[in-house]
Amino acid sequence: MLVWAPKHVWDIVLAIGQHLVLSASSAATGLLLALLIGLASVGRPRIYSVAITVANLIFVIPSLAMFALLIPLVGLGFTPAFISLSAYCLLIILRNVWTGLRSTPTDVLEAADGMGYSRRQRLIRIELPLALPLILSGTRLALVMSIGIATVAAFIGGGGLGTIILIGVNQEHLEKILVGSLATAGLAFICDALLLWAERLLLPWR
Amino acid sequence: MMLATVVGWLNQHGAEFLLALWRHVMMSLLSLSAALVIGLFLAAAIVDRAKLGFIVINIVSGLRTLPSLAVLAITVPLFGIGLTPAIIALTILALPPILLNAHVGLRDADPDAVEAAVGMGMHRLQVLLQIRFPLAAPAIFAGGQTATIQVISGATLAPFIGGGGLGDYIVTGIGILDIPTLLIGAIPIALLALGAEYSLTRIERRLFSEELWR
Repeated sequence: MLVWAPKHVWDIVLAIGQHLVLSASSAATGLLLALLIGLASVGRPRIYSVAITVANLIFVIPSLAMFALLIPLVGLGFTPAFISLSAYCLLIILRNVWTGLRSTPTDVLEAADGMGYSRRQRLIRIELPLALPLILSGTRLALVMSIGIATVAAFIGGGGLGTIILIGVNQEHLEKILVGSLATAGLAFICDALLLWAERLLLPWR
Repeated sequence: MMLATVVGWLNQHGAEFLLALWRHVMMSLLSLSAALVIGLFLAAAIVDRAKLGFIVINIVSGLRTLPSLAVLAITVPLFGIGLTPAIIALTILALPPILLNAHVGLRDADPDAVEAAVGMGMHRLQVLLQIRFPLAAPAIFAGGQTATIQVISGATLAPFIGGGGLGDYIVTGIGILDIPTLLIGAIPIALLALGAEYSLTRIERRLFSEELWR
């Protein structure tokens, strides 16, 4: 049944690579921004509410439209896809960072204060580690979502598995469509499992 | 200057633009309604059948891992190109959030209320329609809202299987690298999605967060 795929293994591997680079770098950037904004808004809920409102608005805008809005500013290819995906990831991760940082039990905070921790020490040594499980699960969710949306990047020359799907539709070539789609779903599944495993490894007490 | 170009273009091609907008909205509404009917029916069918429920929920959750583009693409070999396959694909995209939310809402409806209704002599269908559905309404609405945003977003990709809609301008704009054409698609789509999200959130607040429940 598979005729095209065995002869084009390297094309597929290349597409998977591009796909992974785009989605992983977006999730990582989203994580970094979410941590910065989350830490900056500890004790200043105003910053958080502004950031989350903006992120929500961006999140609602359909990916292809978002790419198109960015093309006049940054051109075609990887960049507009990367910017949009990072912004989508930011929303998902920021929500979790905020919830995680806020949900430290009061007695833990009081104990830290009683032990003479400064605000910053308490934040870095107590609140952040306790928020880690939520932050990691947010990142996992964001990465899985990015892998799905990254297929759309093929429209604007961003490469990845979406390219194989697009070519498949243009040529009405079922095998290419299936290979592109299933590889994307498989990639999402594997990344999800890997990050879940990493979560357990990092947080053995859970 | 760019704005002037856009306005001039709209003067010339207004009818064509309205047609694309109409197609986009109609395509989204049709698939949402279809997904609502199918999703609610399935959720009602599995509420008392744990085994069947497990199978259906797993299949639908599995559907979720397929990206929108893949769902659209797979309909082409099966149903050809055009508006109908696009609507079918969008219905499949809208189904998971609606069904999963409805399932959780119906299943977790206050057991005391359900028991009281059974005690009052209501039969299964009555319990479902008069107790479970009203209690699950907020969850169902939230699922519908998620589905709406997904469908508007998915409909943007419809031109790629010949489904038309506002995404046509984006695809053409990318093809000939013409910024105004690109924006004529992108800006209305963004506004459509933001408008839908805003109005649904307002409606949700009106319906569910007022004194009605307390």
